[in-house]
Amino acid sequence: MKPRQKRIALIAGGLASLAIAAMLTLNALDSNIALYVTPSEVAAGKSPQGKAFRIGGLVKEGSVKRQDMTVRFIMTDTVKEIPVAYTGILPDLFRDGKGAVVQGRLGGDGVFVATEVLAKHDENYMPPEAKHAIDQAQKKP
Amino acid sequence: MRQSIIQWFRFASPQSFYPLAGRMIPWFWASAIAFGIAGLWISFFVAPTDAQQGEGYRIIFVHVPASWMSMFLYLIMAFWAGLGLALNTRVSGMMAQAIAPTGALMALLSLWTGALWGKPMWGAWWVWDARLTSELILFFLYLGFMALQAAIDDPRRADKAGAILALVGVVNIPIIYFSVKWWNTLHQGSTINLTKAPSMAQTMLWGMLLMALCFWMYSIAVALTRVRAIILERERHTEWVKHALE
Repeated sequence: MKPRQKRIALIAGGLASLAIAAMLTLNALDSNIALYVTPSEVAAGKSPQGKAFRIGGLVKEGSVKRQDMTVRFIMTDTVKEIPVAYTGILPDLFRDGKGAVVQGRLGGDGVFVATEVLAKHDENYMPPEAKHAIDQAQKKP
Repeated sequence: MRQSIIQWFRFASPQSFYPLAGRMIPWFWASAIAFGIAGLWISFFVAPTDAQQGEGYRIIFVHVPASWMSMFLYLIMAFWAGLGLALNTRVSGMMAQAIAPTGALMALLSLWTGALWGKPMWGAWWVWDARLTSELILFFLYLGFMALQAAIDDPRRADKAGAILALVGVVNIPIIYFSVKWWNTLHQGSTINLTKAPSMAQTMLWGMLLMALCFWMYSIAVALTRVRAIILERERHTEWVKHALE
């Protein structure tokens, strides 16, 4: 092998082993990289015990109730549901039926007391007229 | 075959690359300005308001192209760095060095505009989710590459050390790109996919693509300008530089 070919082989080999190392590391870290757990995972006991964590999912349609400064709503992933109570200002995009991420602790009564609520918007961008048309189409059986 | 390889290597010599870059720069500037005007006009006046996010969504016309460029430029920088390491071509290392500051600028722009977007939309400037964190790491990789190159006086050794860092950092690029797919993140999934139609109104898409082209042209123009300066600096003792500056 010429020195140049040797260098190329060394670099390619180095990159390949690096890629494998990175893959294994990411695989091991998997659950720790996730920003939030889903309500189903909480129901299955996979949420961190006794410390603050985040739940991500949809705000159940029609579940948002305001009482003074406290907002109560239900987080769902369409399988399991978790009631949430939050006192504070909600982001603009926080809406019924839309995605959200709540941070806080699970109380003994099963209510998740949130200290922070983040709205999660989706990857769809469309003008209001198109949105309206889709909503109309979905209403038809 | 042999003939064509020799032709390519001709441009790996700083002496012939310097005037070539000089001839290309005005064209890239002109197209950057043209695409920029068209892109900004569509983004501000033609593209409709978003149904969910209102006018605030218009930040994607800077945010998305900047994020794309920060990733592309890293790949290109690593490509040049790796080429220099493997073939010992002289311009390669200079190209990598010239691309790094623009890449860092794009990564910073992406993080900055993302924060400005995140506050009104999500309710937080910053969240330690996988997408945001890996983009921040990309920014640090650029800074690390620049610092490492600047710290070593001998340009050949600086190129070599920088190239290894750049190649190792490539691992981060697929992580950034697929982070929204692999893990639960607050950042939304990708709107533009290779496998399905983009989930975005047509005019919005046009605005974004034109802005991306503008960013491409700008990046190339700036990188070429910078590589010319680097060539002059590194080759200042040679005869041709003395003639070129006369």
